[in-house]
Amino acid sequence: MAEALRYDPLGPSGTWHRQRARLLVYGLLTLFALYYLLPLVVVILNSFRDLPDISRAGLIGLPSSFSLSYWPIAWSKFCVGGTCAGIAPFFFNSVAMAVPATIISTAIGAVNGYVLSKWRFPGSELLFGFMTLGVFMPGQMVLLPWAVVLGWLKLTNTTAGLVLIHCVQGLSFTTLFCRNYYVNIPDDLIKAARIDGAGFWRIFRKIVLPLSPPILIVTVIWQFTNIWNEFLFAVIFSSGTHQPITAALIALSAGGTSVHQYNVESAAVLIAAAPPLLIYLFGGRYFLRGLTQGALK
Amino acid sequence: MIAAPAARRLSAILPQLVLAPSLVATFIYVFVFCGWTIFISLSDSSLLPDYSFAGFHHYAELWANRRWNIAYTNLFVFGTLYVVGATAIGLALAILIDQRIRAEALWRTIYLYPLAVSFVVTGTVWRWILSPATGIESIVHHLGWMGFRFDWIVQRDFAIYTVVITGIWQASGFVMALFLAGLRSVDQDLVKAAQIDGAGMARIYRKIILPGIGPIFIAVLVVLLQFAIKTFDLVYALTGGGPGVSTTVPAIYVYDLMFQRGQMAEGAAAAIMILAALSLVLVPYTVWVNWHRRHGEAHG
Repeated sequence: MAEALRYDPLGPSGTWHRQRARLLVYGLLTLFALYYLLPLVVVILNSFRDLPDISRAGLIGLPSSFSLSYWPIAWSKFCVGGTCAGIAPFFFNSVAMAVPATIISTAIGAVNGYVLSKWRFPGSELLFGFMTLGVFMPGQMVLLPWAVVLGWLKLTNTTAGLVLIHCVQGLSFTTLFCRNYYVNIPDDLIKAARIDGAGFWRIFRKIVLPLSPPILIVTVIWQFTNIWNEFLFAVIFSSGTHQPITAALIALSAGGTSVHQYNVESAAVLIAAAPPLLIYLFGGRYFLRGLTQGALK
Repeated sequence: MIAAPAARRLSAILPQLVLAPSLVATFIYVFVFCGWTIFISLSDSSLLPDYSFAGFHHYAELWANRRWNIAYTNLFVFGTLYVVGATAIGLALAILIDQRIRAEALWRTIYLYPLAVSFVVTGTVWRWILSPATGIESIVHHLGWMGFRFDWIVQRDFAIYTVVITGIWQASGFVMALFLAGLRSVDQDLVKAAQIDGAGMARIYRKIILPGIGPIFIAVLVVLLQFAIKTFDLVYALTGGGPGVSTTVPAIYVYDLMFQRGQMAEGAAAAIMILAALSLVLVPYTVWVNWHRRHGEAHG
């Protein structure tokens, strides 16, 4: 009975009492798990069912039909707002937006964090505080200025415009993440390298970067997930074939012109959710760390 | 090894030079854009920006507007239920997971995944589930209970509660993660000592563990309030602000005023109200955190 010797927070009382408590714990956890998993299960099941089945039994219900054909339709044939090329072009719009914006904002954030932690100068702490202000800015405050600035730069309704927005907006986060991580690198390490004659970039490349993978992974995951999932800027600053997938998805599922093709829409929804969901499943630890730092500052 | 003076001077200010573009961008983003929006709110901009000063009358119009009234009332209703609900469920989940359960990582993964996926995605699916024609109501009808009704999403007076249900669904896993980290940091010796004294688990949680994670409660509150004030995608994907205008929230109304109705100045005024609400939450929190930190340092 090694089990009984271990400290058990549920209390010291007898086995019967304890087992009942265990049962209660697992019962409640399962109940909550059902609430959380319901949408995911519903959308996965419906992406394989035919329409008569769905309309007969409702969206929540055990499938009585199975077909893999809705996924290819959702990917490359379904009509979204006039064009019938499926969700794929919008998926690639999102890739073309999220990948460069993530790389650029993370790279700049890393260098900024390096300066603000290892090359401090009078006032640099103040500047750091100032840069973190961007974290709190609600999107609504910058919509009109961005609309005008994008017009000046001739970037209205382009992926490049969205990349620019996400880079500027992401700078505060990436700088914050990296600076708070680099602060923990011992200053002696940097000092020693400086005495040896290494300069700004050399120290960054040879000492700081090799120590950076953990924070770079957190930052990249945070930026990519946020940019991929972002909707406000996407819906306002893009239209038609230039839309990222979040904006296109709304156009697809809200465009109630004809009968809803729930199976194809379900597949499209899952395709849109796939990249961040896969990142979450494989890098959950890093995802959570970014979340905690990003939300709590 | 004597570098040319110019090169040496350059390398001396290299860090500042490297930082400069980001500072300029952030300055523009935070101050110039903010000021710009404030200025637009004081102008007579409608479809296009118009930079003549027009005073505060757009604020007056905003506060006299019935739809703005609906929007902030909804924010209060939604915000309160959302914060209370997500905190309660998140704390309950954290306590459950803290009971040395098996496959802890799996449970945590299940509760946290909603936060990884866009609200556009989950809002769409929730809309299907909550619609009487396709979702829960229809499945219960199929099971034979024809009198069952669950049509909140199409009822003006109840639709906002579907936003609450979905919002709590999305955020409570995150709250759980924050609380769990807190629960794990409570001094286990204290807990054991209390147990030896014969205190029951409920009492230990009430008297020792929960008071020990007080700061986390405040952090959770601040994070959730922030989420609530910024809520946009969720409502947009779930109800589109409807039925009618019954689930309009401030962020939706800003979007509508600026880009659907061409009432830029009033939209800017509404955006500033959102900023003000956020500051109301964040400024006291920042002050408190800094005070706490200094206080903590002073006492060792």
